[in-house]
Amino acid sequence: MSHDNHQESFIRKYIFSIDHKWIGIQYGVTSMIFLLFGFVLMMIMRYQLAYNTNTGLEKDLISPDMYNALGAMHGTIMVFLGVVPMVVGAFGNYLVPLQVGAPDMAFPKLNMASYWLYFTGGVIMLASFFIPDALPAHSGWTSYVPLATLSSGPGQTFWLCGMIFLIASSLLGSTNIIVTIFQLRVPGLTWMRLPFFIWAQLVTSFLLLLAFPPLQAAAIFQLSDRLIDTGFFNPYAGGSVLLYQHLFWFLAHPEVYVLILPALGIVAEVIANNIRKPLWGYKSMVYSSVWLGFMSFIVWAHHMFLTGMGTTMSSFFMITTMIISIPSVVILSALFLSLWGGSIRFNTPMLFALSFLPMFGIGGLTGLPLGLATADIHLHDTYYVIGHFHYVVAPGTIFAIFAGIYFWFPKITGKTMNEILGKIHFYGSFVCMNGIFMPMFLQGLTGLSRRMANGGYDYAHAKDVLYLNEIMSISAFLLFVFQLFFIFNFFWTIFRKKYDSESDTNPWKATTIEWTDTTSPPLGHGNFEVIPSVYRGAYEYSVEGHEKDYCPQTEE
Amino acid sequence: MDIEIPYNVEERKDTGLYNSKLGIWLFLASEIMLFGALFSTYIILRTGDPFWMMHVKEAHLNIPLATINTAVLILSSVTFVMSWVSLKLKDLSKFKFYMGITLLCSIIFLVIKYFEYTSKFDAGHYPWTHNFYAVYFTMTGLHGLHIIGGIIVNAYFWLPVGNKMWNTEPERFTNRIEVAGLYWHFVDLVWIFLFPSIYLL
Repeated sequence: MSHDNHQESFIRKYIFSIDHKWIGIQYGVTSMIFLLFGFVLMMIMRYQLAYNTNTGLEKDLISPDMYNALGAMHGTIMVFLGVVPMVVGAFGNYLVPLQVGAPDMAFPKLNMASYWLYFTGGVIMLASFFIPDALPAHSGWTSYVPLATLSSGPGQTFWLCGMIFLIASSLLGSTNIIVTIFQLRVPGLTWMRLPFFIWAQLVTSFLLLLAFPPLQAAAIFQLSDRLIDTGFFNPYAGGSVLLYQHLFWFLAHPEVYVLILPALGIVAEVIANNIRKPLWGYKSMVYSSVWLGFMSFIVWAHHMFLTGMGTTMSSFFMITTMIISIPSVVILSALFLSLWGGSIRFNTPMLFALSFLPMFGIGGLTGLPLGLATADIHLHDTYYVIGHFHYVVAPGTIFAIFAGIYFWFPKITGKTMNEILGKIHFYGSFVCMNGIFMPMFLQGLTGLSRRMANGGYDYAHAKDVLYLNEIMSISAFLLFVFQLFFIFNFFWTIFRKKYDSESDTNPWKATTIEWTDTTSPPLGHGNFEVIPSVYRGAYEYSVEGHEKDYCPQTEE
Repeated sequence: MDIEIPYNVEERKDTGLYNSKLGIWLFLASEIMLFGALFSTYIILRTGDPFWMMHVKEAHLNIPLATINTAVLILSSVTFVMSWVSLKLKDLSKFKFYMGITLLCSIIFLVIKYFEYTSKFDAGHYPWTHNFYAVYFTMTGLHGLHIIGGIIVNAYFWLPVGNKMWNTEPERFTNRIEVAGLYWHFVDLVWIFLFPSIYLL
């Protein structure tokens, strides 16, 4: 399909590509492999929790130390190597220039560098599994000091070096996205005509740009504490342990919104397209996302209520935490209200997007008790916390990712994925996800701690809920089985000879530029044959007096 | 590169910026957060450690040398602006002259820094001696790395490669110098904060 009037070398085209579409695909494939890898780590842990706890340690599948390592690496891989590169690196890279009508990102070469820095960081993280006679990082994904500074072997050092690469990568990526959105919008594409996805990417990129550097500093300090014995975080040398937590959560709380905002963006696109009517309250959604982004910088210490930082600090962060729930609820409510009176098409992407709404709702609402310092005393570091944030990220963000993949797959390849396999994938995943995470709330409420390699076997007060371990583990294994339907569907569609109809490159009848003004798959480097001009908002569906039920943004 | 990215060289009307100028400002915002974290760490460690001032007194930081370094960096920033103005006035030889002075100043800065570091090491003061030294070496070291990065970029433009860029795309080359200059002023500004807070307080 390429219209290139020159020959690009193989390396330039496929490896060190500077085309945002190919870099987006590189990001997407790499992060999918990491997501699968992180999932496998988790299944090993779930097997340990369900079946290896009653038999005594000598029969265990993995040692408690190895369990800690798997836990730390599962969190790190899923967040930093899986979900963020997927929602920002893959979706952001592929779609932002297409939706704003740009021929590429503002800085194509930095874009390439961003991917390869991410790749290097990922390789360093993976390499830590193969250090002879040592474990990978095993101090939790948060790498709290002094545990992390004192942890044995070079695993933690690998983790820190990997993080430094990932942070550099996200710096380049986020700068690129912001400049592209500010500078490369086509004529007529005003701020309030932007698809909500673009707004979500813009706010997300600002979070990445401004929140990551303090973790960079923390990583440098921890590295020098480990390697040259400085005392930044060592209380015996006058250092401060709490300082690390502040620096870490200053990144890691905005990071939560980095995980969820682009997902909201994807869901908004899919929902608007499949209800065939405009989004309800588009402007409030936009302002809420900006507000959310701003507030996310001043809530970080609600992760630290139990550190003894004082009641004044706790009250402040408790209040800001309650405030930040407002914009999230505004966005979610707007999406729910949009459904009212729509003629909804229940295709696979829409099913994933629809189920995202209650799943994210559960994740968000169960977070409120954690944001109240008093309730948090009981719930802190229990399985309740695990249940809470996994509802946000797993049936939340990951379902949004699936919605996005099924939705934009025909754009990227020119072929729509199989609906029947897609629906099996959806219903199976939906049941299994809830089977894994809903029991965690019950376990957490009894006070079961989150980092037990034996699944809480010796917790007297958790006796009544321990039988749930097996249900959760079986759900996890079944979840894997249902992902096979997706993996098969994915490759089968790619290698299928038959394209969607050539004349119609807009199978979902969408309004945004990437569907209406490019071919599917889009042209080679450059995207558009004619630079489009925009005359309308992003969601003009079912406009009265119009012969079709959608008006493309570029239609006069 | 085969495709034309809009506003790569000329300004976009509604933002008043060309792409890389917005890019460098965003990068600098990120840098402020990095150095912000470093300065916050410095404040927290300093106020939380009762023995801090004792170590500061023992350290005998060389204030005259650091003052010279401050002057040298400020001079380099001034000549950097002059070199950019020379390009605006289409005078490549003047650009070479002023940029040469900038490069010379930045190297003088590093040489002085080298003598400062070695005198600390000779006196047995290492980053692991006390957190004051850990902060001192980390912050000035990271700043020094920024200086080295700046030297590499500035030297690249100063060398014959720069002539070639100037001859083919003069406006783009001028923009590049402006962007490099913004970065250089930022590195200078970090030092303006580092000097009083570490050497004088």
